[in-house]
Amino acid sequence: MPFSFIVNGKLANIDAAPDTPLLWVVREHLKLTGTKYGCGAGMCGACTVHLDGRAVRSCQTPIAAVTGKRVTTIEGLSANGDHPLQKAWVDLQVPQCGYCQSGQIMQAAALLASKKNPSRDDIIRHMDGNICRCGTYPRILRAVERAAKQGA
Amino acid sequence: MNMIDMTMISRRGFLEGAAGLTFALSIPTVLILRPAAALAEGGSPASIGAWVTISPDGAIVVAVPAAEMGQGSLTGLAMVFAEELDADWSRVTTTYPPVIPSVFGNPIFGGTMVTFGSGSVRGYWDKIRLQAAAARRVLMQAAADRWQVPLAELHTEPSLVVHAAGNRSMSYGEIASFAQVPATMPTIDKAELKKTADYRILGKTTPRFDIPAKTTGAAEFAIDVQVPNMVYATVLRSPVEEAVPEHVDDSAALAVPGVLKVVPLGHSVGVVAESVEAAFAGRAALRVGWSRAPADNYSSVDGLKDFLARAGKLQDKGVSFFAVGDTDSAFAKAAKVVSAQYTTEYVYHAQMEPMNVTAMVSPSGDSAEIWIGTQGPSINTGAAAALLKTTPDKIKLNQLYLGGGFGRRWPADTLPEVLPLAKLMQRPVKLIWTREQDVKSAKMRPMTAHQVEAALDAAGKVIGWRHRVVAESIIAYVNGEKALEDAKGLDIQVLKHATHEYGIANQSIVYLREKRGVGLCSWRGIGAGYHKFAIESFIDELAAAQKAEPVQFRLDLLKHEPRAQAVIRAVAEQSGWGKPMPDGHALGFAYAEQDGTYHAAVGEISLDRKTGIIRVHRFWVVLDPGIVVNPDSVLAQAEGSVIFGISGTLKEQVSISAGQVQQNNFYDYPVLRMSEMPEIDIQIIATDNPPQGVGESTLPLVAPCVGNAVFRLTGRRLRALPFSPERIKKELPWT
Repeated sequence: MPFSFIVNGKLANIDAAPDTPLLWVVREHLKLTGTKYGCGAGMCGACTVHLDGRAVRSCQTPIAAVTGKRVTTIEGLSANGDHPLQKAWVDLQVPQCGYCQSGQIMQAAALLASKKNPSRDDIIRHMDGNICRCGTYPRILRAVERAAKQGA
Repeated sequence: MNMIDMTMISRRGFLEGAAGLTFALSIPTVLILRPAAALAEGGSPASIGAWVTISPDGAIVVAVPAAEMGQGSLTGLAMVFAEELDADWSRVTTTYPPVIPSVFGNPIFGGTMVTFGSGSVRGYWDKIRLQAAAARRVLMQAAADRWQVPLAELHTEPSLVVHAAGNRSMSYGEIASFAQVPATMPTIDKAELKKTADYRILGKTTPRFDIPAKTTGAAEFAIDVQVPNMVYATVLRSPVEEAVPEHVDDSAALAVPGVLKVVPLGHSVGVVAESVEAAFAGRAALRVGWSRAPADNYSSVDGLKDFLARAGKLQDKGVSFFAVGDTDSAFAKAAKVVSAQYTTEYVYHAQMEPMNVTAMVSPSGDSAEIWIGTQGPSINTGAAAALLKTTPDKIKLNQLYLGGGFGRRWPADTLPEVLPLAKLMQRPVKLIWTREQDVKSAKMRPMTAHQVEAALDAAGKVIGWRHRVVAESIIAYVNGEKALEDAKGLDIQVLKHATHEYGIANQSIVYLREKRGVGLCSWRGIGAGYHKFAIESFIDELAAAQKAEPVQFRLDLLKHEPRAQAVIRAVAEQSGWGKPMPDGHALGFAYAEQDGTYHAAVGEISLDRKTGIIRVHRFWVVLDPGIVVNPDSVLAQAEGSVIFGISGTLKEQVSISAGQVQQNNFYDYPVLRMSEMPEIDIQIIATDNPPQGVGESTLPLVAPCVGNAVFRLTGRRLRALPFSPERIKKELPWT
């Protein structure tokens, strides 16, 4: 079935089954592979994208629910990789293996978009659904705090 | 991209008539002239087996043979090379070399190209420095010849050969534009290598090459590979190891739009489709009857009881791993014997990137190109060649970033699936396991039972040590029974890290092998994950049995180990060891040398007596890894290891029933989340010793630290991992 929606500011026309997870549409149909497959069950957050500005798990979002909406993936978060979160991530050398980090950054970006000065507890609560197996949580927390301070 | 008819390029032909230098080791000379023309033709520097390429514009490309899985070796090894070459770091980039183990193998792993056991920096340390120093010598000699001055009058500044007496200099790029490589590379003596005091690059925090792309989605992992005309595949694997598909009802799977083929494979059934979603839906619709298998009746609950019973059966001698003195006599004349049993469960890697691989196979079926993120490039290349009944030079393996390794990604277990599918389809095939499949086909850290005993003399001195380890064999599982037989039944992976430095005169460490037929592999920390739990818990028990203070008790046993003493004293100081704690909190201590690095740690915990939940509030680590290559990478590895370690200590367990893994996904195999992390305080003591492993070695300290803290809090000793709430409530009945 054909579906149309906006991805990173551009119109996308996709032919897929209505229950196809948005995850596979962005990764394999549109080749935007920064969004990652982690669990397929909404348990890890590696697939987090923004749907009309809200952080959602793309593995749990059927393409039929996206029609006419705006999707932002990590590739569309900033023009040159210079979102305050991305800069903080580089400054604090956050990623290790890096596989979960697109999802971490997208999850954090949704928080900072809605809350300019989150408390440490706000950040932890908001980020708790995103797993990092390498254990970069301390640096993720510091990077979100730094980006918030710098006015993300 | 078309490597189907790949033959080994004639290296000498490839190198003729050029500008630029390539220092290659694949042929008898270490150094080869690097033609810029060849670069322009698309030959990557490394495609000819070169360690380094220097272009006339001064760009330096270093080949880094270690996989990058977050541990920072890509940057760290390049730093080591650049330091000895005396390169301008701002001009250095890296590339993965081709799979030529004779050139790029890690000396501490028998020359295999494998990224394992925190072994990259320590394993390549001398090899890379000697190659870089030889390359530097050639550059200097070329400048000396051009200027007609003795070599001894020259020195180097970053990417510059300097003749101070003549007040002149020449950049490495300039030299690369005319220099000839000698037929025989200069031999460098280790004594000629740069001294620590002269380092410009090592020891300074250096941003990792791979990090910017890991914040924009641009970093390419194997699962991200896009090959034209590619199809997708997934597999339904046997629920019990070694079972084969006997009856395959593929009608519903083939009815899924987009599904192209259903293919029974050795121990799985492959579903090939035009999209991932179709492949996954096809897999869900498969109905497969499996054969009987050796592990059909296996339950890990029963297994652990058997393991424990065997651990205590002293007349069952097992295979000796380590022996010193006369342990039996020491125990015979002991005034007192202390003993305890410890157990650990199977654990799963839970690497964030599920297992996957992309491959295309030639029509003749005897050559292939593979895209994979692997800890074992040469193991996988060899396995692919064996599967296609060809030679390794007909396999082109493209190394991508690894979405977590942790010991999961060195065996070649996806190749027996993807290669037959790619050969059959005659299209590139991207094979992705579902997360559920990744859990169900876990290659677990072995379940273990330990009997540890100490013989004390009348004065309380420890005169004998026995450690009996009962577990299945990783080597037999991954490399086959023959490999274990060749090793005389001793699995050095399972026993790795079972020794300690406590200086006990009579010791016996033995392996008692069990066989249950489940999937096994090493896990982050390898053997230390369970051995250090047993050893450091038991040392604490010994201290308690003698009413000794546990830190002082260790210091007394480690008088001959000044580096151990230093880290122990530092962490005691840093954590305020001995100071009063808030109500309901306690500190626990552990020490270990692992992979050459000395560590001591203190953890502060509390225990919710209603829920049985242990919380780690703070964790202090002091480590001495010798020379520190990239300080921030060492900190990052230690931080991550603490978190991974807490996860394993408190939460993780795979259970087996009827031979099948009972867990499915992160909802029933939980790992540590941000809200559960402690404050972490890491201190590095850099010493002028060769750099040692840091990628995982902090992890094994966590379990004994937490267990020892629970003892100090409650007076009860936890001897079984994980310390899950269910277990705590059972073992500490007053909670």
